[in-house]
Amino acid sequence: MEADYWKRGAERWKALLESDVPVIYVGAASCGRAAGAAKVEEAVRAKLGDLSPTARVVEVGCIGPCCLEPLVYVQRPGKAPIVYGDQSPETVAVVLESVLSKGDLLMDKALGVLSEGAQDGIPSFYEHPMLKPQTRLVLRNCGIIDPVEIDHYFAREGYLGLKRALSMSPEEVVEEVRASGLRGRGGAGFPTSQKWTFCRKAQGDPKYLICNADEGDPGAFMNRSLLEGDPHAVLEGMLVAAYAIGASHGYIYIRDEYPLAIERLSHALQRMREHGLLGQKVMGTGFDFDITIKRGAGAFVCGEETALMASIEGRRGMPRPRPPFPAQKGLWGKPTVINNVETLGTLPNIMRMGGAAYAGRGSEKAKGTKTFSLVGKVKRTGLIEVPFGTPLRKIIFDIGGGILNDRGFKAIQSGGPSGGCIPASMVDLEVDYERLTQAGSIMGSGGLVVMDEDTCMVDVAHYFLTFTQNESCGKCSPCRIGTRRMLEILERIKKGVGEEQDMQRLTEIAQTVKDGSLCGLGQTAPNPVLTTLRYFHDEYEEHIRDGRCRAKVCKDLFHYEIDPEKCIGCQICFKKCPVSAISGKPKGAHTIDQARCVKCGLCYQSCPPKAKAVKRADNGPDEVKG
Amino acid sequence: MRQVIGSGTPQDKAPWREAVARILSRHGNERGELIPILQNVQAELDYLHREALEEVARALRLSMHDVYGVATFYAQFRFSPPGRHKVRACLGTACHVRGGDDVMAALERRLGIRHGETTKDGEFSLERVACMGCCALAPVMVVGDEVSGRCTPSKVDEILARYGGGD
Ligand SMILES: Cc1cc2nc3c(=O)[nH]c(=O)nc-3n(C[C@H](O)[C@H](O)[C@H](O)COP(=O)(O)O)c2cc1C
Ligand code: FES
Repeated sequence: MEADYWKRGAERWKALLESDVPVIYVGAASCGRAAGAAKVEEAVRAKLGDLSPTARVVEVGCIGPCCLEPLVYVQRPGKAPIVYGDQSPETVAVVLESVLSKGDLLMDKALGVLSEGAQDGIPSFYEHPMLKPQTRLVLRNCGIIDPVEIDHYFAREGYLGLKRALSMSPEEVVEEVRASGLRGRGGAGFPTSQKWTFCRKAQGDPKYLICNADEGDPGAFMNRSLLEGDPHAVLEGMLVAAYAIGASHGYIYIRDEYPLAIERLSHALQRMREHGLLGQKVMGTGFDFDITIKRGAGAFVCGEETALMASIEGRRGMPRPRPPFPAQKGLWGKPTVINNVETLGTLPNIMRMGGAAYAGRGSEKAKGTKTFSLVGKVKRTGLIEVPFGTPLRKIIFDIGGGILNDRGFKAIQSGGPSGGCIPASMVDLEVDYERLTQAGSIMGSGGLVVMDEDTCMVDVAHYFLTFTQNESCGKCSPCRIGTRRMLEILERIKKGVGEEQDMQRLTEIAQTVKDGSLCGLGQTAPNPVLTTLRYFHDEYEEHIRDGRCRAKVCKDLFHYEIDPEKCIGCQICFKKCPVSAISGKPKGAHTIDQARCVKCGLCYQSCPPKAKAVKRADNGPDEVKG
Repeated sequence: MRQVIGSGTPQDKAPWREAVARILSRHGNERGELIPILQNVQAELDYLHREALEEVARALRLSMHDVYGVATFYAQFRFSPPGRHKVRACLGTACHVRGGDDVMAALERRLGIRHGETTKDGEFSLERVACMGCCALAPVMVVGDEVSGRCTPSKVDEILARYGGGD
């Protein structure tokens, strides 16, 4: 009956693709929802009620280009789905009406078709500039299948990797993963097979497997997207890992800010149980394994493995020194492997295609592909997947389409609060673990934040230090006190009252924190400061010596003013100003009362482009200190 | 530094006791269940008040300071009642570089409170959040369960108006 899973899956999948009624797919991952997908879906259902009451609506995950959300794909009988982006309840009604009843495909609005080649003159969506440079392995099902349909996953060769793994010995599975060159995707890039071997060899029973879905980097969402769009891929990976290390119980530690991912996981676990993929005798073999979901409670440090285990044990999430490593003494003192969501999500591919085939992609020291969340000041934001070794330039300019509003590119930040800022001059850097480390940053879990000339690098350092200082658990003093002292210095530099020696002081404290902290949080917390000091020294100097923030971000160092020559007296800023700091008569020049102004920037943003009368001007050094 | 336990007293005794008892019986009394229990108690009661925490401590045979110690470690737990509408502004990196601070400032201005506070009428509370995972649509804010992306100060007004707030 088990062989029927794939057969049944294939049939149901085919029935969907070859449906004789229209099928409307709505991108309903968290990003789609934040862009308004729920209202769009409502509008789709309402419109279909009139147009084609038998048509089906399917919710899918995120295919990656979050900037184009809400995404809707329209599949006509016998045709591949056509993708439309940026939909609203109003526009989607027009799209459905045109495509389904008038036969007008709205060529100028269609982003592509979900098929290998073009159809009816519309190119493949995979040829879209954001998707074309990508290699989608881990994300292969995201945005394509309905994540609550285990049959869709079966149809796309789901659980075949597990099937193969279970037909091998655990040692052979470890060997296959070793051949794939897989390194952890959660940050440090530790070879997965090696970690597993330690745990396999460790004495102790039972053994545990933990899926780290804490995704603490604020500004990154790769793990969320994968869990929402293709939960079974991660769960299948957990089964493979558990089998290899001999674990009988698994935990998924997931942050509570991801309610949809939690819902998808719970649902998927239920389906697995029904299909004999969880519990006793998985797939009819002698392998028993079960999984429990644990919700995080809002502490960044709990992404660190020893703190994470403390949290699962019901204690304060404080890290402890290693060794002993979790592989020897982990959860409740038992041998434990902790792997990141993406590491686990990669395993089904490796087991299906074979380790050697997987290792055919990537760079010399890092094999395969990596997902990144590409965000910040870039035109096309979203979730992407590229082989290791892909140059930053390709990521930012080809996939991302370049800098928002065609501003100047200044830096890209990787690795979140543990990472650093890589300057524009290093845009040809090929992304892998070692190269990012050499540049002073880290790979981290894959957050990439693009920064432009309107981003102040001192502010960025201050931002991250605020974060780490706040999240420091307080157990060790270098981290607890050192981050606090660094933050105080950055605060005064931002205010324009920094001192000449401050840069030196920052470097010294940073070194102490790096060397003396107990866990990765403190050891890496200085990275944002050190990299900005290294690559953007002149910006620090300007803040300190001239009281000037060239990006006009540090609010104590600049003010808004209205050029009386250019002001056309349209009164837009006058009406927008939330604190009534602007005065002036219609058609006359306006002025800003500096004492009242809170520098929210609304006047600057709303001043019509034809006038461009609102300017940001430096405060003189005297104004700052006074 | 996080605010330490207030001694908020529940108005109505019977229902919360029942709710806590239900949660406790569902979870059993292993220490590993402490955080899930606190999460569920907060989901039911909206915040963790002293009496509820005492019940939990008793059931798990833990000291009160142990339970407090765990609860105060995690940012998720609240010790005083939140507003009827929980407003959160994201101050994650992606939101920060795309104007998240301006969205927070607009919220503070419109609601007349600072983050961490609740309006006098109890309608709105305002919190900061480190990332909602919708970074591609930064800046992001949340009211209750409703996440909105691509926020601007003017969009803040629109959103708050839907919940009957904002001036
Ligand atoms: C402060 C801190 C936060 C971390 N946060 C995460 C996280 O959110 N997700 C994650 O997978 N790993 C995180 N890690 C790394 C984990 O400790 C661990 O190395 C990782 O989960 C191992 O998985 P991998 O080998 O599959 O990469 C963090 C580490 C530190 C020091
Ligand atoms: S940084 Fe705001 S949603 Fe991620």
